[in-house]
Amino acid sequence: MSSNSSSQSPVKTTGLHIGDAAPGVAKVDPIIIADNVTRTFGGLKAVDVEHVEIPRGAITALIGPNGAGKTTLFNLLTGFDKPDTGTWTFDGTRLNGIPAFRVARMGQVRTFQLTKALGLLTVLENMKLGAQKQTGENVFSSLLKPLWRKQEVEIEERAMEILARFKLDTKKDDFAASLSGGQRKLLEMARALMSSPKLVMLDEPMAGVNPALTQSLLDHILNLKTEGMSVLFVEHDMHMVRHIADWVIVMAEGRIVAEGDPETVMQDAAVIDAYLGSHQDVDLGVVTGRISGEKTAEVEDLLAEIDAEVGLTDSSAYIADTPTDDTAKEEDTK
Amino acid sequence: MDWEAILSNTASWLISPETIAYALAALGLAVHFGYGGLLNFGMAGFMALGAYGYAISILTFGLPWWAGILVGCLASVVFAFILGIPTLRLRADYLAIVTIAAAEIVRLLFTTQVFDAVTNSADGLGNYHEGFRAANPFPEGTYGFGPWTYNANGWWVRIFGIGLLIIAALLVWLLMRSPWGRVLKGIREDEDAVRALGKNVFAYKMQALIIGGIFGALGGVVFALPSAVVPSVYVTSLTFFIWTILLLGGAATVFGPILGAVIFWVIMGFLSNVLPAMASSGLLPFMSTTQAATLRFIFVGLALMLIVIFRPQGILGNKKELTFVKQ
Ligand SMILES: Nc1ncnc2c1ncn2[C@@H]1O[C@H](COP(=O)(O)OP(=O)(O)OP(=O)(O)O)[C@@H](O)[C@H]1O
Ligand SMILES: [Mg+2]
Repeated sequence: MSSNSSSQSPVKTTGLHIGDAAPGVAKVDPIIIADNVTRTFGGLKAVDVEHVEIPRGAITALIGPNGAGKTTLFNLLTGFDKPDTGTWTFDGTRLNGIPAFRVARMGQVRTFQLTKALGLLTVLENMKLGAQKQTGENVFSSLLKPLWRKQEVEIEERAMEILARFKLDTKKDDFAASLSGGQRKLLEMARALMSSPKLVMLDEPMAGVNPALTQSLLDHILNLKTEGMSVLFVEHDMHMVRHIADWVIVMAEGRIVAEGDPETVMQDAAVIDAYLGSHQDVDLGVVTGRISGEKTAEVEDLLAEIDAEVGLTDSSAYIADTPTDDTAKEEDTK
Repeated sequence: MDWEAILSNTASWLISPETIAYALAALGLAVHFGYGGLLNFGMAGFMALGAYGYAISILTFGLPWWAGILVGCLASVVFAFILGIPTLRLRADYLAIVTIAAAEIVRLLFTTQVFDAVTNSADGLGNYHEGFRAANPFPEGTYGFGPWTYNANGWWVRIFGIGLLIIAALLVWLLMRSPWGRVLKGIREDEDAVRALGKNVFAYKMQALIIGGIFGALGGVVFALPSAVVPSVYVTSLTFFIWTILLLGGAATVFGPILGAVIFWVIMGFLSNVLPAMASSGLLPFMSTTQAATLRFIFVGLALMLIVIFRPQGILGNKKELTFVKQ
């Protein structure tokens, strides 16, 4: 990792799909293939995905308005929730009905929208927990330290290495609960990397992270690709999506409404309609306050519209009222 | 008031079989709740299974005393499975509800007339001491010093119980310093996060429930060793005494439950001596000596409330942990 990689534009992976970029388009080398995945909550169809493929070795962004079903799709794909219908494979293995912990063992790890740092464990313990195939995690062999001492040392070395990359090494003996919100996001991501996953699924990794830290988070995500991992992440900030994503999948009301590389997807009529309103020229990073930029007339315009929209009972929420965006809003008022 | 007798009686509680039994059960609860976050409100059930398993094995099936202890432990393992399989996949509160009800069912099954031939229903069981006492390695006679003067059988029960307690504490210490303990503590904090890291959360919770349950059963055995098995002991309030002890000493510690049990019984012993003495010497007007003796249970309730409010991490708990309020 180098801090100046951020100043340059990251190298985009291209040629991921076969044929025209349309919802459900086939990929050259998919790591996840899902078919007919549906999930309803009462009368609400939270997820209704006919076909989707996630490319391997690339960074894929999953975007869409609040309540589009992104987190629900994450939960389904990782075994944290059960779908009503549907089949999907990860790396060629069928995953339906496979419990979440097995999915993780196969190399598909995730983080959560609401960060789950294990508060009363130290940062280092959090990290060690991420390592797989630990002899000492068996109830019987745990009693005999000689059986796991060596592995524990190796795990600790690896953990410190990753912590150093995330600039958390000085915090190793602190309780995770004492970390700031952004640091917890970093810890959760670092912890997920302890298992050397094939696919990393990040649910809003930047939410609540200040702009300075956002930059290093972006670098970390780009780094994952360099190390040969595939990344699928949910993000509301279009600036970031445009910056790092090789591929963008757009969800709205449970369906996949558009797919494509970031530049073209942002021009797509369906996306503009579902997500960006008529303000596709506006950098939403500025609107949400994450990116300091000039508040143009268009930005003010959109903010006013958002306020009006929130006032109404309309269910189609806007980007700015994501609950996790509170910190971003605070930034704005400073 | 005879202060010498009161203090001597109080001091004897330091290593009484009751103290040791409660310490064992509290240690089991530390594994359940302190380290694993499992809300087990059925410790009395585990203890009853240990005590009855021991007594019935000897009286009805003629097994040797040590086999009786094994049967008691085995019964608690079965009980842990029955409780755990349906509830451990659900939210933590469900385990609390199910355990409190299941422990009552266990007690009622031992009390009912239906199994009178085996359980002697409400009268309980006694006279199963022969085997255990025959195995006593200590010489005949009464020895010791001061308040801690017992006969050979008294010493045998205490030393045996303390031995079990040391082994149990050592096991907990070994488990909790290991990666296994790390996973369990992780589950206590957030089981979904641990699941996302590829750990079989259900299996860990089941293992914790079993290990703590066995300690509870051993507590029941030690409780039964010197005297008799009385069904009215294994009521829900027993569970809450164990909880008081755990919270007093420190839930996520190895020595907390032991210290808690000692403090609990010493104070209980002191109050049960001093309150009736005060009543009979007219210091507690409007109260008979029996009424005064039950006053101590009110103090236990008060103590539990005060601990939870003012020192929720217990005496030995890590003060740093308290800085962070859990969600
Ligand atoms: N457990 C649940 N019970 C009932 N409804 C749910 C549940 N989980 C999600 N939903 C509903 O499903 C829809 C999709 O929710 P989901 O969390 O997947 O949205 P999202 O795309 O992640 O949104 P956000 O960007 O705000 O995180 C929402 O309308 C939500 O209310
Ligand atoms: Mg979401």
